[in-house]
Amino acid sequence: MDHTQTLLEVRGLQTAFHTEAGAWLAVDGVDLTVGRGEILGLVGESGSGKSVTGFSLVGLIDPPGEVVAGTVRFDGLELNGMDEAQLRTLRGNRIAMIFQDPLMTLNPVLKVGEQMAEAIYTHDPAISRAKIRERCVQALTQVGIPSPESRLDNYPHEFSGGMRQRVAIAIAMLNKPDLIIADEPTTALDVTIQAQILFEMQKLCAEQNTALIWITHDLGVVAELADKVAVMYAGRIVEYGTVEQVLSNPVHPYTRGLLDSMPGRAAAGSRLAQIDGMAPTLTGRETGCAFRPRCSRSAEVCARQAPEIEQEGERQYRCHFPILELAA
Amino acid sequence: MNEMTTSGLVPAHTARDGDVAPVITLQGLYKQFSSKPDLAQRLLTLAGRNAEPPTVHAVNGVDLEIRRGEVLGLVGESGCGKSTLGRMVAGLIKPSAGTIKFNGEDTAGLRGARKRDYTLGVQMIFQDPQASLNPKQKLSKILAEALYVHKLAPRAQIAARVEQALLEVGLDPEYSNRLPHQISGGQRQRIGIARALMVQPAFLVCDEPVAALDVSIQAQVINLFMDLRDRHGFTYLFISHDLGVVRHISDRVAIMYLGRIVEIAPTADIYGHAVHPYTQALLGEMPDVQRRRRTFVPIKGEIPSPLAPPPGCTFHPRCPHAMDICRRQVPELRQIAPGHQAACHLTLS
Repeated sequence: MDHTQTLLEVRGLQTAFHTEAGAWLAVDGVDLTVGRGEILGLVGESGSGKSVTGFSLVGLIDPPGEVVAGTVRFDGLELNGMDEAQLRTLRGNRIAMIFQDPLMTLNPVLKVGEQMAEAIYTHDPAISRAKIRERCVQALTQVGIPSPESRLDNYPHEFSGGMRQRVAIAIAMLNKPDLIIADEPTTALDVTIQAQILFEMQKLCAEQNTALIWITHDLGVVAELADKVAVMYAGRIVEYGTVEQVLSNPVHPYTRGLLDSMPGRAAAGSRLAQIDGMAPTLTGRETGCAFRPRCSRSAEVCARQAPEIEQEGERQYRCHFPILELAA
Repeated sequence: MNEMTTSGLVPAHTARDGDVAPVITLQGLYKQFSSKPDLAQRLLTLAGRNAEPPTVHAVNGVDLEIRRGEVLGLVGESGCGKSTLGRMVAGLIKPSAGTIKFNGEDTAGLRGARKRDYTLGVQMIFQDPQASLNPKQKLSKILAEALYVHKLAPRAQIAARVEQALLEVGLDPEYSNRLPHQISGGQRQRIGIARALMVQPAFLVCDEPVAALDVSIQAQVINLFMDLRDRHGFTYLFISHDLGVVRHISDRVAIMYLGRIVEIAPTADIYGHAVHPYTQALLGEMPDVQRRRRTFVPIKGEIPSPLAPPPGCTFHPRCPHAMDICRRQVPELRQIAPGHQAACHLTLS
């Protein structure tokens, strides 16, 4: 598919959380480009800033958090600093979001059909009731929910976990958005249900040329689903490129370490290659490269100076001592 | 180690010799949960109409042997009864029917010192270390509690034992003064493991012990489990939904679906030539970093409600090979190769 037409371009995004002890950058200078119909896997461990990045893009950061710098160009529009009323016409319409826990995002006292209708008439007040119903049924059918007509009159608790997530996806797809930001949408689901959801997402993105940012910690899912991968560590994207580049030939020691520590690469029963230590907390990041304390390749310069973005074709990375011999 | 009983400690990996006595034997194990009858149901009962309360058959007839020194992986999706089974093995809940034998003795009839040998000999490690550690107790107190309660060590030695346990799980002994919220998730899981080690068990039931951890921390904890096994010869019942982790750590794997074991075999056989369609489906859906731009083909349907399981083979509504007999008759778990058992009508035809 042609993903050459840029849909979203993020430059120098910084999101801070203000505390009594000062402001801490949960997202510290993120650049991202997503083409139309492209699937980007945004990968990181807990606390890496991947979810905050997703929320920052669409202005969903609440105090004490604040987007303090950066530009977010979406199809020619600047989202950072856009007023709330204007953002609302985009959210749920041209940009949709899917969250990890559909029980938190679905209103427990409204029937699923009413919630879906709301998403349609908010953005198109002139639409007829019959037309709304038709589109709701169509959306539920698309995500593979059996007997959608009668399911519209059910409440969220009457659906199983996997079904609820499919309802959330159906709501996200209702207005045929250009971009979907999905934050760990299958993490809480079983593998067989996850496969069903991935199947629907893949199909819908291909059919409607919807771009997708898939935020996750699961490298396996990203490998199978995404076109591009961005690996986040301590608020920065440390490696970015095509799935082939990043997951088959990683140049950043962190990406390499993550892949090596996955069971399945090593012989069964042998010790896994582990990354020692743990990711720094938001307030405990050191100067220089944030990965330095856990890195086997670190040298004196890593403590002094945070690595700048190096570009090599489509691949980008931040590392003073990349594993380049393997990439060759 | 010290003066404590070390009867449970034998060299690791003896399970591969085959004829080792089982540590845990489960025979015809059942566990049902039913809600208390509400007012309407009680009135109906009074009026002579006997209304059955809704009953979940969480574990529905399991026979299993876990041999000394082996790691048995127990895999299944949420609601299949794998945690309930683990909790029964650890003695946390009582089975509705069936027996659990520990070192050949029925645990239901144990009294006194022998009961203590069982309850201390089988320890459990939980998925969520946050929820299983008292937030108001210092780590030293959490770790030392069992020693006090069971009078396993003289007071003077307790601090040393706590320190030893912390070192064993790779934590700085300095941590003993901290509270659970002052350490990270991975470290909390290490405390959960250290707490189990305090009473020198022989058998560990690990219920999704790495599911809540980040990838890089997951590898550290898996390595710790394998180190402990090498050092102490522990036997593990390793419950997980993650087929990758289970393949790495287990000697044998059992697959559970709606309260029953549907396939059990040595790890290489499960991952190499699984015969049950459910096992095959699970393996097919296992995410794989080597695979690119996969075309997802979902297996149809959801796990049926355990309140109303389908008749016959409970997997038949989702099974691509379902035959007439599958809708009528529950398949028995049968031997299909040495050490390899499966419950599927297909294996007969």
